[in-house]
Parts: sequence; structure tokens; C-alpha cells
Amino acid sequence: MQATHYHATYMPRTHGWTQFLSHRVGDWIRLALLFVASIIILAPVVWTISTSLRTPAESFSVPPQWIPVRPDWTNYVEVFKRVPFGAYVVNSFVVTGSVVLGQLLTASLAGYAFARLQFPFRGVLFWLVMATVMIPLQATIIPVFVLISSLGLADTLASLILPALPTAFGTFLLRQYFMSMPNDYEEAALIDGANQWQVFYRVYLPMATPGLAILTVLAFNSHWNEFFRPLIFLSTNENFTLPLGIVTLFGYLGTGSVSVVLAGVVLSLIPVLVVYTVGQRYLIEGIAMGGLKG
Amino acid sequence: MAALGVSSARPRQLGPIGWLTEDSLAGMARRKALLGYTFLLPTMLGILVFTAGPVVVSLGLSLFEWNVFDAPAFTGLDNYTRFATDGRVLIAFLNTAKMVGLAVVLELVLAFALASGVQRTVRPALRYFFRSAYFLPLLTSAGTISIVMAYMFHGQFGVINYYLGLVGVPRVPWLESAQWALISVVLVYVWHRLGFTFIVFSGGLGNLPKEVLEAADVDGATGWRRLWYITLPMMSPSILFAAVTAVISGLQIFDEPFVMVRGGPGDASRTVVMLIYESAFKNIELGYAAAIAAILFLVILLVTAIQFRISKALVFYQ
Repeated sequence: MQATHYHATYMPRTHGWTQFLSHRVGDWIRLALLFVASIIILAPVVWTISTSLRTPAESFSVPPQWIPVRPDWTNYVEVFKRVPFGAYVVNSFVVTGSVVLGQLLTASLAGYAFARLQFPFRGVLFWLVMATVMIPLQATIIPVFVLISSLGLADTLASLILPALPTAFGTFLLRQYFMSMPNDYEEAALIDGANQWQVFYRVYLPMATPGLAILTVLAFNSHWNEFFRPLIFLSTNENFTLPLGIVTLFGYLGTGSVSVVLAGVVLSLIPVLVVYTVGQRYLIEGIAMGGLKG
Repeated sequence: MAALGVSSARPRQLGPIGWLTEDSLAGMARRKALLGYTFLLPTMLGILVFTAGPVVVSLGLSLFEWNVFDAPAFTGLDNYTRFATDGRVLIAFLNTAKMVGLAVVLELVLAFALASGVQRTVRPALRYFFRSAYFLPLLTSAGTISIVMAYMFHGQFGVINYYLGLVGVPRVPWLESAQWALISVVLVYVWHRLGFTFIVFSGGLGNLPKEVLEAADVDGATGWRRLWYITLPMMSPSILFAAVTAVISGLQIFDEPFVMVRGGPGDASRTVVMLIYESAFKNIELGYAAAIAAILFLVILLVTAIQFRISKALVFYQ
């Protein structure tokens, strides 16, 4: 994040020790409140993990056991027996992986064209792409569903992948990156005998790596967690992605075996937590640029 | 004779695509333009087929009655006039408006408080911890986390009522009562989305000009006065952005009420998007669903237009 943190060099001036003391007390209260907030915000995730390790019989008993004393791992085996959980995992990876790769391709091509290639109607086309940001999913989903069905793609993973390939935000993001790069590289490469494709692929694309990383993290996050479109497009249990599969499992297990459902939730969180640790910086940067849905 | 005007004369011996392969500046420009259109093709085609086309078709479909099996029948504005007699549409819009109002206020106030709290935290490790904690929910799936929340908000066995009971609060019917169900849905929704607004505000606070803050300090502007007269006006671009994205996203609430309470009890937490989903894919009334979606789209466009107006008129830019 390019934020400049003024507090490092600048602190409110204090007059006399009474004010100093009130500043200190205020500081402690502020920190205490921030800690309480973080506990409340993290609690559901911690509760999910600890409850997934309790036996189904005692999973709903209070007081909640935050730190499992005798962790029971059988829920993690059980969830694979109750539903085709392995298929859910594979489906989620196939959908998310294809969407991420596809968006990287379409957005870097379009972003580069808008930023660095001159052609008639470039401005108009760019605003056309940007205007689609305002269109909510619900305003297109019915015709898209009809189209997907008539193409024979209903209940396939392709129904989730294909419509998600064009990305206005990704195009905008990569255009910003390509626009910030100097022209000198292109001239030098042309003199060295490179063609226009090589100028794009070999010279400018590698320089856009941070932008590609941001798009990867955002697109992964939003499509791994997607629920609405899978709910509409998929109908066979074996074709479900993780969120839809787990919600369906919750639907017919209900409050009977909470810990089994939660074991599924924890498993679905693992890739997200990996992204969280590895790509946190890019996620924050992407949000600061106004994107959440990749 | 070839000594002058060589670059403007097009050599004929280059063959049918000579205009493109021609070794001149004009030829290069043509190649670049062609490459431009080629690069745009996947995106433009995708948008045409999956966004721009469908949005037009959807608007058109809202004038028809269609159950998929029979041919669509043109009914003019019947779908729209039906709203007047369909109580559920009004309820869904009202519920959604309540949720948006509640969520936007909660989200903006909490995120601002947390962001300015973290902003004043000097120690990098603490800052990192708080920041990571506050945006972790953003990475979870609203659908699956709603399951977790349904368990936690459970009236009888839920963790939340257990802890409230410890401090003497009587059992709250979070998911069982009509009033509380809507509030529970909003609480979960805000929990999930708070990190987004938090990051927007953190960025905004981090970019405030240091000189102005120092000048305010020298002039003795402290506490609430400083917040009201200096920080908030300077933060207005971030606040406007956060508010508008919060409203637009709130108008599309679906996962939480669908998973936690199925829009219930009764219709107490049924939202506009839930109604679109049910009309289209449960009742197979595609035209009617498209009409509801058209209204939602119109509201979102209005919000966006208002944003443009305000950002031109009111907002402080450096």
C-alpha cells in the first residue's frame, strides 16, 4: 500500500504531565477496544475450527470449547463419506483456476491494447467496457442462464467459467499498469528486431507482474467463494463447487452433526488462508484501487 | 524517380496484404491497430455475449410472460403493474431498504473507528495484527460462513446467547423472530464486509496531508472538533466511495438471508435478489423476475448517478 503514515513522524503535542497521562490512558483504552474488536471478528473462524474437532455428539454443547483438548479428527473423514467432498474440491479448483488464468489472459490483452496500442474508437470501446461495472449480476443472469442452457452447458463447470472470463476491473487495473510504463522499451525492442507481439509478451507483460498478482488474488477470492451462480447453474451433486456443496450438506444434516459440516467449512478455508498469508499485500492494494469482485 | 516521395507511395509488389506488412511507419501503425482489435476481441466478445447483450435481453424480457416451456407472450407493462398487487415485492424492497440502511451505517461507523484506531497505533506488529484480523472475514465465503453464523446465532444452543446469558441478557430469538432475523442477517453481512470499508478508510487516512493535520494541532483543534471540521471533510472522497459501494452491495444481499433463515421467518428477511431468484428459478416466471431485476438495476444506476453528482459538488479534493 502506498499510504504514507504520518503518525510515525508526527504525534499530537502534549502539554504538561496531566495531559500526557490522559494520552496514555486514552491509548490503552483505544488498544483495548481494538483488541476486543479483533476478538469478536476472529471468533467465528476460531469457533469453526475448534468445533470441527469435537465429536458430533458434543459439538453443540455449551460452554464452547475454544481450545480442543482431545481433538476428534473423524469429522474430516466423515465429511468425505457423507457427500462427494473430493469432487467439490476438484470442481472448485477447476473453476477458480480457469477463471483466474482466463481473466489474466483477457485482461492483460485488453489492458495492453487500451494503454499502448492506437486504433480508431479506442476511447469509446474503453468506456463501453467500464460501463459494464455498473450492471449488477441479477440484471443479466436470466438471459445468461437461458443461453447457457441452450448451449447445453447447464450443470457443467463451463457454465461458471465462460461468463466470468471478461473482466472490466481487471482490464482497468492492467491498463493502469501498462500506461505507467515508458515508451523507450518499445523503441529499443523494435530496433533489436522484436515484433509487436514480442514487445507485449516479452517486454511489457513481465513489468505488469504486480498488477497480475492483484488480479489473481482478487479473482481467486471472489470465485472460490462464489455461491449465487453455482446455485443457479449447477444441479448435480457431483458437479457442485465447495460453497454450494457445503450449504447443501448443511441443508440435510441441519443441526444434527454440526461438527461434520464445520469440518467441510474448515477444509474450504485452507486455500483462502494460504492466499491470505501469501497475497495479503496484493489484496489490500487491489481493494484500495476499488476492486473486490475479480 | 524514386528519390523523392518514396514513403508516401505504396509499393505494389508486396502482394495482397502489402498494406499490412509494408515496412514503413504507416504499415507499423496499421499492424498496431490490427493487434489492438485482436487483443480486445476476447474481452469485447465476452462482454457482448455475457453482459451487454443479456442486459438488453433482460430488459426486453421484462415485457413478456415466459415459463420456458411455452413461447414468450408479450404482455407490455403487466409485469410492472403486477408489483402493485404483489405484496411480497413491496416487502422485499422494504426489507432490502432496511438492511441497506442498517448495514451502511454500521459498516461505515465501525470501519472508520477501527481504521482511525489502527492509524494511531504506532507499533508495526500491532498494526499488522489488527489489519489482518479485520479483513480476514472478507476472504471467507458468505455462503459457508452463513452456516457457521446460523449455528452461532441459534436461539437455544448458540454460542452468542450462551455468552449473553452469562452477563444476564435473556435469550434473544436471533433467527426465530421477524425483527431479529433481519438484524442477524445484517450483523453477519457487516461482519463479512467490514474489512473492505476498513481498508478503504485506512488508505484514505494514510493519505491525509500531514501539514493540514499539524496546522490543526497548532491551532488547538483536538478531539471531536478536529474529527468534525478537519478529518471528516478531508476524508469525504473515501467516505463517498465507501458509502456508494456499501449501498450497491447491500442492495444485492442474498447469501446470508438465503442460507441462515431462507428469507424467513415468513418473509421477514426476504430480499429483492431472493425474490428474483425464486421468481426465475423456482416459480419459472422469467419475465416477472426480469422486471424485478430491472427495478433493482434502475436503483443501482440512480445511486451511481447520485454519486457522480455529489463527488462533483461536495467533496474535498486536494
